[in-house]
Amino acid sequence: MSKVDVAIAADAASGVRRGVSPQYRDWLRRERRSRLAVRAVQLAILAVCLVLWEVLPREQIVNPLFTSYPSAIWPTFLQMLKSTPQQASILTHAASTILATVIGFTAAMVIGTAIAAALWWWNGLYRVLDPYLVVANAMPKTAFVPIFYIWLGATLSIYGMSLAISLFVTVLMIYGGFQGIDPNKIKLAQTFGASKAQILVKVVLPGSVPTLIAALKVNAGLSLVGVIVGEFQSANLGLGYLIQYGGQVFKMNIVMTSVTILAIVSSLMYLGISWLEAAVMRRR
Amino acid sequence: MPASAAEAARSSAVELRDVGLRYFGRDGETEALKNVSLTFAPGEFAAIIGPSGCGKSTLLSLISGVIAPTEGSVLIDGRPVQGPSRKVGYMLQQDYLFEWRTILENAVLGAEIQGLPMAQARERAIQLLTRYGLGQFLHHLPRQLSGGMRQRAALARTLCTEPDIVLLDEPFSALDSQTRLALADEIGEILKRAAKTVILVTHDIGEAISMAERVIVMSRRPGQVKSNHPIRLAAGNERLTPLTARNAPEFNDYFRTLWQELDINVQG
Ligand SMILES: Nc1ncnc2c1ncn2[C@@H]1O[C@H](COP(=O)(O)OP(=O)(O)OP(=O)(O)O)[C@@H](O)[C@H]1O
Ligand SMILES: [Mg+2]
Repeated sequence: MSKVDVAIAADAASGVRRGVSPQYRDWLRRERRSRLAVRAVQLAILAVCLVLWEVLPREQIVNPLFTSYPSAIWPTFLQMLKSTPQQASILTHAASTILATVIGFTAAMVIGTAIAAALWWWNGLYRVLDPYLVVANAMPKTAFVPIFYIWLGATLSIYGMSLAISLFVTVLMIYGGFQGIDPNKIKLAQTFGASKAQILVKVVLPGSVPTLIAALKVNAGLSLVGVIVGEFQSANLGLGYLIQYGGQVFKMNIVMTSVTILAIVSSLMYLGISWLEAAVMRRR
Repeated sequence: MPASAAEAARSSAVELRDVGLRYFGRDGETEALKNVSLTFAPGEFAAIIGPSGCGKSTLLSLISGVIAPTEGSVLIDGRPVQGPSRKVGYMLQQDYLFEWRTILENAVLGAEIQGLPMAQARERAIQLLTRYGLGQFLHHLPRQLSGGMRQRAALARTLCTEPDIVLLDEPFSALDSQTRLALADEIGEILKRAAKTVILVTHDIGEAISMAERVIVMSRRPGQVKSNHPIRLAAGNERLTPLTARNAPEFNDYFRTLWQELDINVQG
């Protein structure tokens, strides 16, 4: 958070500020107005999309069988909230997807950071593994869904896919961050006699926090993709399963409601990470 | 000019014997230092000047043990240097403050790495920072400080571990000329009173003459010791501060001599 943001926050909180120049107050006001304008346009875009989605099928411009309507989603949602012997509540489905995603990206972050640290520690290891990592990262991991299903079974294959899809890019990103640390900072620590472990803990890791957060952002999205794709194949629970099921029985209401929940889940995840980023970056 | 017999007789804090250093890279090697032999007595305050790229920073890195010589040997208190030692404090040419640590946290970094008692280290750091005019900025982040303030914070970080031998690589380069004189004054005084062995790299001839007891001039790359100039400013028994030293009658003579030594080097 910059000084300016702090000032704006303080300004917003108190409403009035004494002891600042009128020009500065002007500047703050303009700043706030421009931020509000951006928000307004963002909301307008969302509104236009929703209206088009509602109106086009109703006017038979597009086939409602293929698209459903926003207004149909709320009733469908309420209906899907109930759990029946055949079908669990949509909240249970969503929770299952969220849990798998969180497990997936947490595992990817922890394992990815550990692998990146090992590569940093043993430079030779990196030089040997580099081409394999790049190839593994470039592989379309979704091709492995059936294999994972056979190897790991229904539940584990979903976690496995979620991890597989985000792990390699995490390793590459974090390792790149480690390498981007100014060697002179490391030299500085060495002038005090720092051991390699101390350099890792006191210089390399804290210096890579922005990279770690960037990796987390990429990761959260990828893990969700992995979970959904895994669920297509193997689950009888989860939003991916619901989408697959709704498609098979040609009930677009179910598909669209699930997709909407998915969109909300991604937004919440994004908000959570942005909040974490703000909390961490306030110190920088 | 050879070191005087009296100086040679004193035991040495730092000694370089026929030291050579080459940097290796894929596109060839760089000979940074060649046949450097130098002795620094305990408690001596020496300055090194030389053209840019002649290996001054490299020389300090060798003494600090961060890099090892490719030829010859470096000794501290008569023992070969194996790696960085607690006895040596090295202030690098740039501050390299960690942007994620506050000024105070930066200043105690060395103590933290060396596992010194932290309560005392913090106290010492606060004292040093306050003395250097950073008392109001203990909990600020480096990016909130000016270049000169950052440099003073880096100096505090170096001295916080209380090294016997202090290596300073252009410690005042980011300061305005007034602060520079004042701080040089103060630091010189503190280090001399504490009987620290100080090796100061500077490109400011006046600073070298006014602060140091001996000025070493290095030649262009590969850096070699070109000449040694013991500085004696007539001051009676009173110690001159860097500011008053500039008014000493000999100051200008030394300045001219050193200037010529350097000038010849620049033109090859
Ligand atoms: N890590 C390195 N790898 C390769 N060459 C290097 C490295 N560090 C320094 N050099 C080379 O060694 C020579 C001496 O460098 P050094 O930094 O010691 O010079 P310096 O006298 O401190 O210069 P300045 O006054 O500009 O700080 C230079 O020619 C430089 O190019
Ligand atoms: Mg240098």
